[in-house]
Amino acid sequence: MTTDTSSTARGILRGGGSEPTARRGGGGGPGRAGTTVGGLALRTPYWVLTGGLAVIFLFPLVWTAVASVSPHAGTNQVEGWGLGNYETLTRYQAGIWRYLFNSAFVSLLTVVLTMLVSLLGGYAFARFRFPGKNLLFMTTLAILMVPYTTLLIPLYVLLNEVGLQNSLVGVALVLTMFQLPFATFMMRISFEAVPKELDEAALIDGCSSFGALWRVLLPAVRPGLITVGLFAFLTAWNDFMAPLILINDSERATLPLAVVNLRGQVQGVVDYGATEAGVVVLALPCAVLFLLLQRHYVRGFMSGALKG
Amino acid sequence: MVVTAVPGSAGRIRRRRQRVEGWLYATPTALFVLGLFLVPLFLVLRMSASRWPLLSGDQGVNFPDNYTKAVENRFFTDSVVFTLKYTVLATVLLIGLGLGLALLVQESTRWKGLLRVSILIPSALGLASASLLFYVLYSPIAGPLAPLMQRLDITFLGSPNAALYSTVFLIVWRFTGFYMLLMLVGLQAIPGDVFEAARIDGASRWQTFRHITLPLLRPTLALTTVLCVTGSLLAFEQFYILTKGGPDNSTITVVQLVYNVAFQGRNDLGVAAALSVMILGALVLVNALQLRAFRRPDES
Repeated sequence: MTTDTSSTARGILRGGGSEPTARRGGGGGPGRAGTTVGGLALRTPYWVLTGGLAVIFLFPLVWTAVASVSPHAGTNQVEGWGLGNYETLTRYQAGIWRYLFNSAFVSLLTVVLTMLVSLLGGYAFARFRFPGKNLLFMTTLAILMVPYTTLLIPLYVLLNEVGLQNSLVGVALVLTMFQLPFATFMMRISFEAVPKELDEAALIDGCSSFGALWRVLLPAVRPGLITVGLFAFLTAWNDFMAPLILINDSERATLPLAVVNLRGQVQGVVDYGATEAGVVVLALPCAVLFLLLQRHYVRGFMSGALKG
Repeated sequence: MVVTAVPGSAGRIRRRRQRVEGWLYATPTALFVLGLFLVPLFLVLRMSASRWPLLSGDQGVNFPDNYTKAVENRFFTDSVVFTLKYTVLATVLLIGLGLGLALLVQESTRWKGLLRVSILIPSALGLASASLLFYVLYSPIAGPLAPLMQRLDITFLGSPNAALYSTVFLIVWRFTGFYMLLMLVGLQAIPGDVFEAARIDGASRWQTFRHITLPLLRPTLALTTVLCVTGSLLAFEQFYILTKGGPDNSTITVVQLVYNVAFQGRNDLGVAAALSVMILGALVLVNALQLRAFRRPDES
């Protein structure tokens, strides 16, 4: 099923391909009007519509990237093109490097914890029978049902109690918990897609169950694990609400929090240039990762559809 | 691993090893779920029934004061109404556009592949980054539309309605790709020969869509609607960053109210917890109703 999912994921990115798929649904599209004059006239509104759509979705990103290096009054880049707005970021409070480090720390810790916990959890749920298994699995999925705020208010109190107040580790732990429903589900179906004969052979050859996991199963579930890691990274890197509530020291702010706070700092006047530069710094890693790992991104959506 | 097939004491030993090792591997998950989900869930119930100021902590039970105070908050009704209005608007637009665009781009040509990726790229951005991006884009000083805004004397965030529609546009920009992808996955799951048969029977495109695509897409539509309604009811970042609840407190959502009560001004965690519990209850109710509504036609 793993290879099956990945080839379908590729299919979704590149489109259906087969003729019935191409015709299904009956929505827009120009049909098979060749190069006749009538066909051309039919196609023009279609090109205008789809071209317009692409522009609407890409324009805000491109404009922000260009505006962040172009001159504008009231910013640090008044004349000519340059990186003045990015310089503002390095001088803002603790400096952008500090915030980049905080965000990278939270994101990487969340990714590592999510991958580790869901790898072991998925293995347990897919390959072992133990009392309370279904209860634990359903409770893990139930995290999805509970609003973010409903949990963040008591978590704020709870983390204070155990000395994790104002701590990046605390934020990473909370973000990991919110990733667990998707990650555990994803890893469980990844393990279930691997034929049991594979790890049984390893066990008969004298491997411990951990040896079977590490040497035999890990390579087989790697695509699922990459998907889990990608989603954990995107969520943790971009999360705003958890740091907003759990962090109250500007030294420990993550990048989204710092850039949002930066708006109101310069004598009440918004520095739009620096904000644009901040958005670029925030968005760039996500856009690059997304373009590189598109296939794994789509697989995350497939998993939900496969099992209802 | 097929334990039950092994008879005798060897089987029993292996079964016990299964139990012990299974729990061992599940322990990290159990610890996270217990410590960071179940305990906070019980704590929020207790907080909602106790006097609990932000700085001094638990001051003893005062049930049901927090709940009455929450309902009596002067923004309570307004925020509920506004959140519902926003939810309906966002859900209709996102589900409609997601499905429409999925149908538009599902054929496999190079141009449609490009179109698909450009619609998807905004979904990789965080909601906070997207909100900041549009904050600048909508700005009457630095935005690309600033000259036009001055000439026509319009603002994007100046009036309550403009602020709502501007925020909805941001949400559509950020999330349409996400819903389009879910719809594409759903469309892919419909067997191709069904459409083939409809074509042979001479069904028009609209008939095919109305009587084949839509009914077979029901599970996907249910999933996307539940996701979209849940996400919209819990809207926070987009309004916190883009409109800050303004103008004239006209764009305060319920989650923003929780945040304001807990951490800004009032600093009353008890009332905030009571509000959170009410949101949780409403959400469970709304989702149960939605799932029932989507299931019923199948049974008849």
